Amino acid sequence: MKYQVNEKGFYGQFGGAYIPEMLYPNIEELRLQYLQIIHEPSFQTEFDQLLKDYVGRPTPLFFAKRLSEKYKAKIYLKREDLCHTGAHKINNTIGQILVAKKLGKQKIIAETGAGQHGVATATVCALMGMECIVYMGQLDIERQRPNVERMRILGAKVVPATSGNMTLKDATNEAMRHWINHPTDTHYIIGSVVGPHPYPDMVARFQSVISEEIKSQLIHELGNPFPDYVIACVGGGSNAAGAFYHFLNDEHVNLVAVEAAGKGVDSGESAATTALGKVGILHGSKSLLMQTPDGQVIEPYSISAGLDYPGIGPLHAHLFETGRVQFLSATDDEAMNAGIELSRMEGIIPAIESAHAVAALSQLSLIEDDVVVINLSGRGDKDLETYIRWGKY
Amino acid sequence: MKNRVISLFEKKNKNILSVFYTAGFPTLNATQEIAQALQEGSVDMIELGIPFSDPVADGPTIQASNKIALDNGMTVALLLEQLKEIRKTVSVPILLMGYLNPVLQYGIERFVKDAAAAGADGFILPDLPLDEYLDSWQSLVEQHGLVTTFLISPTTSEERIRKVDGATKGFIYAVSSSSTTGTRSGFDEEQIAYFQRLKTLNLSNPYLIGFGVSNRETYQTVCEYAHGAIIGSAFIKLLQSSANHQQDIQTFISQLK
Repeated sequence: MKYQVNEKGFYGQFGGAYIPEMLYPNIEELRLQYLQIIHEPSFQTEFDQLLKDYVGRPTPLFFAKRLSEKYKAKIYLKREDLCHTGAHKINNTIGQILVAKKLGKQKIIAETGAGQHGVATATVCALMGMECIVYMGQLDIERQRPNVERMRILGAKVVPATSGNMTLKDATNEAMRHWINHPTDTHYIIGSVVGPHPYPDMVARFQSVISEEIKSQLIHELGNPFPDYVIACVGGGSNAAGAFYHFLNDEHVNLVAVEAAGKGVDSGESAATTALGKVGILHGSKSLLMQTPDGQVIEPYSISAGLDYPGIGPLHAHLFETGRVQFLSATDDEAMNAGIELSRMEGIIPAIESAHAVAALSQLSLIEDDVVVINLSGRGDKDLETYIRWGKY
Repeated sequence: MKNRVISLFEKKNKNILSVFYTAGFPTLNATQEIAQALQEGSVDMIELGIPFSDPVADGPTIQASNKIALDNGMTVALLLEQLKEIRKTVSVPILLMGYLNPVLQYGIERFVKDAAAAGADGFILPDLPLDEYLDSWQSLVEQHGLVTTFLISPTTSEERIRKVDGATKGFIYAVSSSSTTGTRSGFDEEQIAYFQRLKTLNLSNPYLIGFGVSNRETYQTVCEYAHGAIIGSAFIKLLQSSANHQQDIQTFISQLK
């Protein structure tokens, strides 16, 4: 239980629910009911069925032969990029919309950065016939046009967030404000392991299917469930939380989180929260946060819109502080090179977020026959513009 | 010295007017002249806002004032310096209101101690959880002779209102609707019913109603049900458009009362 949330909603010193009173009843309702709801057999059945028939789970664990030869290790790719809508995000939105239904909510709101969580939310809202509003930074709307149109085709209303830098952080602020103004009929589907308790725990549980599958796939493949390494990228940290979840107590499994260093950790244009952040409170939880000495939040930067967030989930802050997870970072260039390498060597164009995880391969001192699982959280279709603009291929 | 908030409510139990504004807005050093003008306009209490980059409980007006104040260079340390200056001439109760993170970075103990020394009477920190206050703030705050105000809203359960009442020394901030600041004008039947319900609870602390109080009519309505009113966004709007703070603040307040 060392890495699980405690009854007060904390992971070590991180977590909690730092919310204005106007949100208290909503959060309290969710806190009191989420475990009971997700443990109901009828919930489990519907969740599992949708993951199988709608999302396409289990996603394959693919042995990357050429990459393995190059890095002299046994490298497996957990193919979350093959999920319906193109990323792991939908594991969580399926779970949360079922919770929202059990709570009797009629409307859904969400925030999105790159648009993957927005698309995954719009998708499940269409599936369930629920009204959907997605808040997205004006800047992200401009740089992620195809995802904006996907959400609209799916029937969601996309509302631009025009405060701050007009990216993910600001979209989250606007979604929280909307929720304050519409507390009774609306459920807020947060897309990462951030926000007030119980969100980080709830989202991690819905994403934990990733590590559950990795374990059983490795047993089938190698005869035991334990790899030497599991690698995942971290923005807020939902795909990493899912990929690490069932390995947290297997201390001999090395867990590696890769943050976005942007133009370099010390360049002033970075999103490497564990390297640059201090303990702080944003969006309802205490975690590590990039901020000025006066406690104002610093706008992050990464070439990848999905990693462009000034904090990390409280679980990850705890895993960092306890040393259970090794945190690395990859720059824009390193991630783009890794994305091209994966495309050329395995025929898979990864999302730029996931390319950050691939970039960790050259930073680890792997020894012959190490079993390495990389969580390939999303596919690169949405990032074609960025690949084209980068141009070095 | 006796806490000014406590003294105020001992002397006066209706039509209390408390005004919120953001420190460092619209210009860095406007904080002092605005406080002075509010005292001259005989407001009963001042809530001085600590600006934050991500004010999630605030609507567009107060968000914009936060951004401008930060761009002007306002910090917690500077705010406390300004408060010291304000206290040379201003004797109305002053509460510091803001989000927790800037306070956390300043240091909780240091903040409480320095705020008391600068002449603050207490705090309103909307994202500070009540239980955390009871565990790690209350004795510190009370030891320095300060008070902390908590918010309640129409969706707050009676049980929780009673808990807030029990933890409060000073007054309770009753938010008129489930909303961010400055997003509504006028009160509907549901809100009036909520105000009536509050009155029947016989709380041990006085309470002021805020959010949606913007003019004489809403001020007077609120004063029928509560010990007074809090004005925020409407006052920030005035500051935005005012060329002569001194004069416009007098007019604004005289039109309310």
